[in-house]
Amino acid sequence: MSNYFGNYSLYIALIASIYLIIKSYIDTNINIKNLNKNLVLITSVQTVMIIISFISLVVAFIISDFSNETVFNNSHTLKPLFYKISGSWGNHEGSLLLWLLVLSVFLYIFLLKSRSQNTKYRLLTLLFQQIIISGFLIFILLTSNPFNTVFPIPSEGLGLNPILQDPALAIHPPILYFGYVGTSIIFSTSLAALVAGNIGDSWAKHIKSWVLVSWIFLTIGILLGSIWAYYELGWGGFWFWDPVENVSLMPWFCLTALLHTVIVLEKRNLFKEWTIILSITTFSLSMSGTFLVRSGILNSIHTFANDPSRGIFILSFLFVLVIMSVTIFFFNQKKLTSTIKNSFIISKETAILVNNWFMMFFLSVVLVGTIYPIFLEVLNGSKISVGPPFYHNLLIPFLIPFLVFMSFGPSLKWIKDKLKKFEYNLLIIFLASILISYFILINAEKKFLLSVPLIILSFYLLLVTINDFFNKKSSLSQKISHFGFSLLITSILLNGLFSNEFNANMKVGEERKFNDKVIKLNSVNVRDIDNYKSLKANFEIKNQNSFIQLSPEVRIYQQPFTITSEADIKTTLFSDNFLVFNILKDDGYYNVRYQYKPVMIWIWISTILISIGGLLSLIKKNEKKY
Amino acid sequence: MKKNIKFISLLLSLIIVFIILLKGLNVSKDYSNEKLNSKIDFSFKVKKLFNDEVINIEDLFNQEDLSVVNIWASWCAPCKDEHPNLMQLKDMNIKVVGINYKDNPKNAKNFLNLLGNPYSEIITDKDGTKSIEFGAIGVPETIVINGKTKSIIKKFIGPLSNENIIEIKSLINEKT
Amino acid sequence: MKKPKFINLILIFVLIFKTSYANELNSQVDQITKNLRCLICQGQSVYDSQSDFAISMKTVVKNKLDEGKEEKEIYEYLKNKYGEWIVYEPELNQNTFLLWLIPLILFIFGGLLITRKVSIK
Repeated sequence: MSNYFGNYSLYIALIASIYLIIKSYIDTNINIKNLNKNLVLITSVQTVMIIISFISLVVAFIISDFSNETVFNNSHTLKPLFYKISGSWGNHEGSLLLWLLVLSVFLYIFLLKSRSQNTKYRLLTLLFQQIIISGFLIFILLTSNPFNTVFPIPSEGLGLNPILQDPALAIHPPILYFGYVGTSIIFSTSLAALVAGNIGDSWAKHIKSWVLVSWIFLTIGILLGSIWAYYELGWGGFWFWDPVENVSLMPWFCLTALLHTVIVLEKRNLFKEWTIILSITTFSLSMSGTFLVRSGILNSIHTFANDPSRGIFILSFLFVLVIMSVTIFFFNQKKLTSTIKNSFIISKETAILVNNWFMMFFLSVVLVGTIYPIFLEVLNGSKISVGPPFYHNLLIPFLIPFLVFMSFGPSLKWIKDKLKKFEYNLLIIFLASILISYFILINAEKKFLLSVPLIILSFYLLLVTINDFFNKKSSLSQKISHFGFSLLITSILLNGLFSNEFNANMKVGEERKFNDKVIKLNSVNVRDIDNYKSLKANFEIKNQNSFIQLSPEVRIYQQPFTITSEADIKTTLFSDNFLVFNILKDDGYYNVRYQYKPVMIWIWISTILISIGGLLSLIKKNEKKY
Repeated sequence: MKKNIKFISLLLSLIIVFIILLKGLNVSKDYSNEKLNSKIDFSFKVKKLFNDEVINIEDLFNQEDLSVVNIWASWCAPCKDEHPNLMQLKDMNIKVVGINYKDNPKNAKNFLNLLGNPYSEIITDKDGTKSIEFGAIGVPETIVINGKTKSIIKKFIGPLSNENIIEIKSLINEKT
Repeated sequence: MKKPKFINLILIFVLIFKTSYANELNSQVDQITKNLRCLICQGQSVYDSQSDFAISMKTVVKNKLDEGKEEKEIYEYLKNKYGEWIVYEPELNQNTFLLWLIPLILFIFGGLLITRKVSIK
């Protein structure tokens, strides 16, 4: 029943889209004072239709309506309610419907919040966003309809994969999509402002909110994905440079650059062209991400169903959008005027340019690393792998100058500043960081060539950002976000330098020495729980003063036959103790991996801090502009 | 003018990228026959399944040009599925050397007693390293090698299908 | 004063970037297997995987090391059998020099763009 609602509301939405495109195009060419009432009405209808469609899908999942093919493929009566609901967007078709939902809801919110803006600008935004929406509607209706039916109606569904039943994994897609899809509004409004001729400081102020919203959600979305990987995948890592991860990181670099550029545009009316270019690029990266992940062109642990025909559609759609935006850009470039051409070399504007420079470099490393194998294979037939060593080798060295610039760039004054000012504070901080680094590096087991400058600089930056809380040179949100960022870099570095790992095969009752600890496997308890057989191991990690008990688990499911390994992680503010074990074919032996991971929780906390800074900037209307 | 040139060249490069990515979609994800003609190092010894005799692996392959190697295990379900096809090879008088992968010899022998023995010789590979020497990635896998030039000619990953059998037959017949 | 410093920084980092990640790990087997792709897994290294293939690979790597083979020789041996894509770090050869070069060229290009947008007066 809900299948019909879901399906037909999409068709209505498509018809609405076509109307909106035509009408808004016509209206932009006549001098109209306010948005036509019909336009607003039809847009509302479209939004409501899409909401109905989405709700229909969720309802179908909740009631386990297996006449719906998507529900049949991805759900099961035994799934807990929470995961039935999250299962609705945890598959290809459902996730596209979620994309569509956010596309249209964000558009509606835009229309509501932009009433004080130029009408031509609002019309054009509507037009461009509708082009995107119609593309998605056609894509969904033609190739990925979540409301296909199955007959005869099966009594049970296929989707009971336990790995996918996890809270972080459940909310990771919506949060991430708010981030991705938010870039669509940025794209549409940028093109609209370009054509309408109102790129300037007041437009920048208005679009900054959208950039912030998108950026905050994307940051948290990426964080959730990493947290899930760390807690669930059992390898103790949180970032693998997997193509799907890279695809979320790339728009993040772009959005961060755009966030800073928009601040310059707001304050000094500069960098207009570059702002548009960044807006187009950010959205293109989000869309490319969708393409790369769904088309089967990549090898990754979490690509969706590999279907080249879907890939062809998204690829073509993406390029139509890109070519359209490039063309619009070139033909409207002359509308971008600036009284000032250049910025003075020592100024906040230049510092932000430098930030963008590095962001674009980091972006290019990840982009090239991710798609180069595809290009090489097509052009040459060779199949190569680009893995973590590539990214580390290119990114880490450039982090060093970036940290240097970040330590003084953000506090430079607008327009013109001097570097000659010598501050005792900074000297003390620098000496302190050298001292701290000395003690740290003496104790570190794993040093690499660049660890010396990196540790010194990351502590320097950390202390500088803390010191900044005590002066009035920048807004509170900037202080929090920058502090969060420096804390993130420092935690990742410390974690990398001081983590160690124990990997061996053990029998019950055995104990092994590891550094200053003794690891003992006390017992393995076998129990039948729910729909799986549980093997719970009891480990003791003893060192001089204390001991920790860890109980990782191996689960053997039957439907479908899967063996999962659940790590046990004891988290404190200082470190994580991470233990995972696996059954081996050799009777009685288990493969045991124990990892000691210092300051792990600070990696999560610092990322949250970065977002909090952004959130603060978003909600504080009267924040003083520095 | 300069601006137009920039525009056209950007457009052109975008179209080229589009075409390459489009082609990328159709590129096969079958990496099995990536490295053909790679060399096998025959300088190790192996143990036969049935009489525990230790021999040079080379001795199994230097009689013929082309030999067929099949990697199997009693615990591997698809191996059971492909078994009839292996027996077909035996019926065609094609000699197949079996590599018993990470298996318990008793179970392996029972498996053969129950389903029949298609192999001319069987050697054991308790730790899986011998199979890697043949470029295998798992079970079941069938590899056609040239024993004289010590190189891998073709790999069949997964259970052998009827088409695979026909292909093996024609490969062997070509050489003889 | 600032411009020359820029260039120095860039040069230094371009020169030493290749040697930056000489991490000392627990054992050489770990180091090598972290750089090998598990061919039957989706996106896991041989080190991380507990699959049959991965376990056999770890044994093979250990055996080769015991025989006295160098890390590079082991990679060559495995690339010979399974193709270039079994190794995660793309080596610098005619296939991959662009891979390493393009981001660096873009970085320099970006730097030049900035110098045009920025004036000393």
